[in-house]
Amino acid sequence: MSTYTQKKGFGATLWDYLTTVDHKKIAILYFIAGGFFFLVGGIEAIFIRIQLAVPNNDFVSAGVYNEIMTMHGTTMIFLAAMPLIFAFMNAVMPLQIGARDVAFPFVNAISFWMFFFGGVFLNLGWFLGGAPDAGWTNYASLATHSKGHGVDFYVIGLQISGFGTLMGGINFLATIINMRAPGMTYMRMPLFTWTTFVTSALILFAFPPLTVGLFLMMFDRMFGAKFFEVAMGGNTVIWEHLFWIFGHPEVYILILPAFGIFSETFAIFSRKRLFGYSSMVFATVLIGFLGFMVWAHHMFTDGLGPVANAIFAVATMAIGVPTGIKIFNWLFTMWGGSVKFTTPMHYAFAFIPSFVIGGVTGVMLASAAADYQYHDTYFVVAHFHYVIVGGVVFALLCGTHLYWPKMFGTMLNETLGKITFWLFFIGFHLTFFIQHFLGLWGMPRRVFTYLPGQGLNNGNLISSIGAAFMAVAVLILLLNVIITSVKNEKVGNDPWGDGRTLEWSVSSPPPFYNFKQLPLVRGLDAYWLEKMEGKTGMTPAEPLGDIHMPNSSILPFIMAFGLFIAAFGVMYHVNDKPWALPVMIIGLLITLGSMLIRSVKDDHGFHIHKEDLIDNNNKGVKA
Amino acid sequence: MKRLANWRLISLFAILALVLSGCGEPFLSTLQPAGEVADMQFNLMKLSTYIMIGVILVVTIIFIIVFFRFRRKDDTIPEQVEGSHKLEILWTVIPILLLLILAVPTVTTTFKLADVSAADKKDSKALVINVRAHLYWWDFEYPNQKIVTSQELVVPTNQKVYFNLKAMDVKHAFWIPAVGGKMDVNTDNVNKFWLEFDGKKAKEAGNLFYGKCAELCGPSHGLMDFKVKAVSKDQFDAWVKSMQSVTAPQKAPDGSLVAQGQAIFNQSCIGCHAVTPSNKLPDTARLAPNLTNFGDRSRIAGILDHNEKDLKNWIRNPEKYKPGNMMAGKYPKMNEQELDALAAYLMSLKVQQ
Repeated sequence: MSTYTQKKGFGATLWDYLTTVDHKKIAILYFIAGGFFFLVGGIEAIFIRIQLAVPNNDFVSAGVYNEIMTMHGTTMIFLAAMPLIFAFMNAVMPLQIGARDVAFPFVNAISFWMFFFGGVFLNLGWFLGGAPDAGWTNYASLATHSKGHGVDFYVIGLQISGFGTLMGGINFLATIINMRAPGMTYMRMPLFTWTTFVTSALILFAFPPLTVGLFLMMFDRMFGAKFFEVAMGGNTVIWEHLFWIFGHPEVYILILPAFGIFSETFAIFSRKRLFGYSSMVFATVLIGFLGFMVWAHHMFTDGLGPVANAIFAVATMAIGVPTGIKIFNWLFTMWGGSVKFTTPMHYAFAFIPSFVIGGVTGVMLASAAADYQYHDTYFVVAHFHYVIVGGVVFALLCGTHLYWPKMFGTMLNETLGKITFWLFFIGFHLTFFIQHFLGLWGMPRRVFTYLPGQGLNNGNLISSIGAAFMAVAVLILLLNVIITSVKNEKVGNDPWGDGRTLEWSVSSPPPFYNFKQLPLVRGLDAYWLEKMEGKTGMTPAEPLGDIHMPNSSILPFIMAFGLFIAAFGVMYHVNDKPWALPVMIIGLLITLGSMLIRSVKDDHGFHIHKEDLIDNNNKGVKA
Repeated sequence: MKRLANWRLISLFAILALVLSGCGEPFLSTLQPAGEVADMQFNLMKLSTYIMIGVILVVTIIFIIVFFRFRRKDDTIPEQVEGSHKLEILWTVIPILLLLILAVPTVTTTFKLADVSAADKKDSKALVINVRAHLYWWDFEYPNQKIVTSQELVVPTNQKVYFNLKAMDVKHAFWIPAVGGKMDVNTDNVNKFWLEFDGKKAKEAGNLFYGKCAELCGPSHGLMDFKVKAVSKDQFDAWVKSMQSVTAPQKAPDGSLVAQGQAIFNQSCIGCHAVTPSNKLPDTARLAPNLTNFGDRSRIAGILDHNEKDLKNWIRNPEKYKPGNMMAGKYPKMNEQELDALAAYLMSLKVQQ
């Protein structure tokens, strides 16, 4: 949304975004799509809390409740939290390492459109005879028994959007390995870049097991395979393993970038370099590594036996150590600093106690024998909402306020931002703290209602009231976004005044080529170092020259759209619809055809000439 | 700031009050442990909670100091501290020690809870119960006693009871919160574990514990409740004997309402529901809850009050009370008179007078 796009008509802007390969615009696409799905998931959450506000409620029926509950989890994890994190990774990471774009801009666009069409397909279940209803974990025996097409939407939709995520992860890995500016060594990378790096590696290793699991499920449901059919020699526990070998790293895929955003926030608003940077990096890598060793703690009650349970219990506890290191490093970043409580800092500051509660209940859950009591109860629901809302969502809200100027060139209103924060913070604790106790008092999770006379009424009512606070908070945030966009007051390079890393050294939003000359990085917090020496900008590492840029292309959109069409063919193939097979073939032909076009058509991109760069001093040139 | 501190204090008290009053119901809550297993787990909960509260306190103290002492007052640039090896070693080593304190009892308890060797021995005298989970109801077979009952488990107090769990359709989980943690009921294999029901605590809970399904199993997952009657060893033996004495369906006096009900039952219901407790049929052939001692039970379908009105409502339209259950639509529609007779018959099915 830089100045020159606003001069265009709506149609031209739309076309611009459909064809863009620019990481900053793709970030905005991720942001809008992820934000939309966040609202959808939020509405589902509100329905859940309305239904559970009083015992024996009939706001929604049992079957519909299961669909809402399943879609709330699936939407929030895959279609809201991950894309929003990808939005920040796209918007910020290339800037932080001093790159002009990601390594594969074209693939970046494919990643987005795959996620988008997968997400849309997943949600179409609501309009085409029923959404998935087997929980976001989609356990095999229930999922293979589920009637209708609900679970098919889950399987195919996630398969498509999962491809997108996997490609995105590989793209970020390649970018960080290859495209760092001169002087940007690994140990000078900002922590958000580090967490993006480790997260991308986790995506690379975690998504294939999910893909395998979804494939088996897809063949069971649609092509008559029997991988999960016990009577035919199948095994349902395999699904649980595949799902959690993906599912547990997924938790760290979400939380590590959140840690990255908070690390930046603490350093910026404390005016102090991150305390114990090396140990923070080490802890990030260690968490990523251990994240693959603990999946079976989701299956303690499965009957894996005491040996497996004991090993996974101890491994899980071990993760508490690097996480603890991080908490103390953040606290000591602020210690001795000059802390300014801006809206992003509110979220970062509140994140510490909230996340510590989620962390310690995590250690409690790791204690296998005690977990037999917590497992599948509201205690677990409370725990993972404390880490995912108190960690990830706080980070997303923090990042929204922090990076809004970098992404859109304007500042969100601070007063409204703080009102949003307080409502959200109070609502969050009101909703979820009591749920620990509901679980301990004997309330299983995923129940569509509960009977009176079990001592669960008051706790549930309190929880529902809290949810209302969060809903109001989100509405105020939306209002803030609208007001800010209408006012449209542009800000400079470093609107917070205390920016430390390279993204704050370029204009807000940056020109489409990011850096006229690649910057020379002379240490950690490169921009801060220059500022402390009284300079206003980075020292260039190269003479001014032509910049090679990629061309826009509609092919990524078409490629993903082809799979979207094929998905209908795959799904209705089960019902022996005569049109199913042709639709599947046409869809795949569209995808493969556009891949072929991409392969045979030479596209060398274009050059921004040196003269144009000089003419348009700091303003961005016309493409 | 003062106001904020007050507000925090008040909310702290509110939470404390909630905690003290809030241990849940004795028949359902894990915080009122009523048996050896729940006790062990409660002790682990307490241990981990103490450790964690310690951690939270340390974090909170630093947090509060930072909040008050290091707010921005002027435009000076603070010293750019790189880190501190001493501090970093400190907050790596202490958590490791704390976790070890928790890990040791965790591991020992995990092994203790998994020990079912007493039941696996040949000619073992241990009480074994085969639990079979079906979509929204529970089947309990006592293999050594050769009896079957459903929905309401009867167990003796103060002795270990061993459970063999298997699901007949989709995955479920077997959980009696007050007495001990849950175990998944898989479709693939038999899971084994044990529980012990404390006599004194059982009395406090009215000798009736609530059991739940804890794994999402479909629309009525939340209503897949069962009840556990925990009685003394003598009472249990008496119950077993009276169950075993029922070898043929109880015969109602001719011409009575109950007899009419029995006739209807034999026509419409007996295809799925057994009224004798014998376990001669394999578990896969036991299609619906065994009703031998239906009149003795405390709930209808595990959830409704135990009276004729609710029973008739249930038979009229089970789908309304347990969506997605397997009973709806399997029998002809009945008029009021037939329902009265059927309800009277079912309520007469008692083994203990």
